[in-house]
Amino acid sequence: MFRRLEAAGTGAAPGRTVRISVDGGAIECREGDSVAAALLAAGMPACRDTAVSGTPRGPFCMMGVCYDCLVGIDGRANQQACMTRVREGMAVVRQTGAREVSA
Amino acid sequence: MNHAATTHDTLACDLLVIGAGPAGLAAATRAAGLGLDTVLIDEQPAPGGQIYRAVTTTPVQDRDILGADYWHGLGLVEPFRRSGARHVAGAMVWAVNRTEDGGFEVAYTTSADGLAGLLHCRHVILATGAQERPFPVPGWTLPGVITAGAAQILLKTSGVVPEGTTVLAGGGPLLYLLAWQYLNAGVKIHSILETTPPGQWRQALPHAWGFLRSPYLGKGLKLLRAVRAAVPIVSGVTALEAVGGERGHLTEVRYEAGGERRSIAVDQLLLHQGVVPNTNLSRAIGAEHVWSQRQDCWEPQVDGWGATSVAQVTIAGDGAGIAGAMAAEHRGRVAAVHAAKALGRIDAAARDREAAPHRAALALATRGREFFEALYRAPAQFRRPVGDTIVCRCEEATAEQVRQAARMGCQGPNQMKAFLRCGMGPCQGRFCGLTVGELIADEQGRHPRDVGYYRLRFPIKPVTLGEIASLPQTDHSRSAVVRFKK
Repeated sequence: MFRRLEAAGTGAAPGRTVRISVDGGAIECREGDSVAAALLAAGMPACRDTAVSGTPRGPFCMMGVCYDCLVGIDGRANQQACMTRVREGMAVVRQTGAREVSA
Repeated sequence: MNHAATTHDTLACDLLVIGAGPAGLAAATRAAGLGLDTVLIDEQPAPGGQIYRAVTTTPVQDRDILGADYWHGLGLVEPFRRSGARHVAGAMVWAVNRTEDGGFEVAYTTSADGLAGLLHCRHVILATGAQERPFPVPGWTLPGVITAGAAQILLKTSGVVPEGTTVLAGGGPLLYLLAWQYLNAGVKIHSILETTPPGQWRQALPHAWGFLRSPYLGKGLKLLRAVRAAVPIVSGVTALEAVGGERGHLTEVRYEAGGERRSIAVDQLLLHQGVVPNTNLSRAIGAEHVWSQRQDCWEPQVDGWGATSVAQVTIAGDGAGIAGAMAAEHRGRVAAVHAAKALGRIDAAARDREAAPHRAALALATRGREFFEALYRAPAQFRRPVGDTIVCRCEEATAEQVRQAARMGCQGPNQMKAFLRCGMGPCQGRFCGLTVGELIADEQGRHPRDVGYYRLRFPIKPVTLGEIASLPQTDHSRSAVVRFKK
């Protein structure tokens, strides 16, 4: 689990709150957070199940290199959560396995 | 849909600098100062790169937490902002192509609108920096396991820190810097599992003279003393494994030290085994690369100016070989002076005169590096995994699969793509390339330098068809898709 320094009253300035939804549930984030940071701070270390074996994965490098934090954002799949800033009202969905081709 | 915003105007400049870390910021500032029309393009919304990540926007305002070396980055951002160089933030460069007039056409996507744009320039300085060395241990893909660099980015950008039982594992200065920053922030660390062999200091000893006269000594010892006083350190860890629970998240870390096996119930494992140059762009651009025997990684072949084997492409900073943030800054300035000469802005005499102070500062900043490199050289068993350990995180290829393919006569990393799809996922080999090379070398009794590396092409990061379609139409792009009449 991760926490925010400001919650403990040490060393971090409180920022403006931004609300996003993750799989339909609302979470509060700090303006300037990446989606990946927001997920980790909200106690969600996994953001997808892999397309190959279906095992859970989460943010790993936080700098756009590893592509393990892929999520759906506002209807677009495979977005890098660590490279995307939270925006008020953003809808994030966790990705589960490979996409199926619809008939 | 707003049709006015479906295409970017094509930018034009003398010099394009890619990456806004210390090398890129210093290069762009110096180049603009020498009268070059300069654009700095960077993936992040704010300048700083990874080492000075979010230095202008971080919520961590207590300066003692991140330390003076971090805040040094502000001293690079301010002059850059006043320099006249243009900053294109939140933009990912995915292709650099030579144009007929000897310049470059660069394609990038801006994250704010998801549109691709083109930029024309006459010289490119790559300042794309480093990434963490792959540290493939069993369970390193579990949620709950992140890199130490990732943990540090969370702290810098969001003031987010681990809670519960946290273990740091690996070796290298960044691991201890992160531990020190956590101590300053009041974050509890359960222990540090140090994988650097205790006897490795003997290999480092011949380089001690430079280290003793370097600025690293005082700072490093102070930091190490503070960490050692507060965090239990297990030295000589020879094996490491992350174990997941029912939900597939990390629950336990198992390790071996001094011949004994032990286990810790954990919430987080932060891994670090040093950093290596980020070579995807420099390789795709066609620059020659060489194997660094001292650092066990590939780096672009550059001369004292940062010039590569490709005309008008220069590399500055850790992307040209790991030497640290202070060195990156000076290498950025040297590269800028070289670019000004290459573009005919100054003559050779002026170039040499302008570069002299930067070269002197660079020599000072790199003094003592060899000591670090020898001391923190990643042990072979953590570079060359065995068994079911995942090597390619994207395609989930294991060490044994790669080794088996190598035993079957796989010619090298490129053929490994055909065998196992290794390196074919979205990260494009960034987290498996070095490991795959080392494993083929191991199985075939060859040297990694002879095994080679993946052939990389543009786009260097995945782009969508929509992004490509949003590129401004040029005569070339039109003629490329026009059918000839039969």
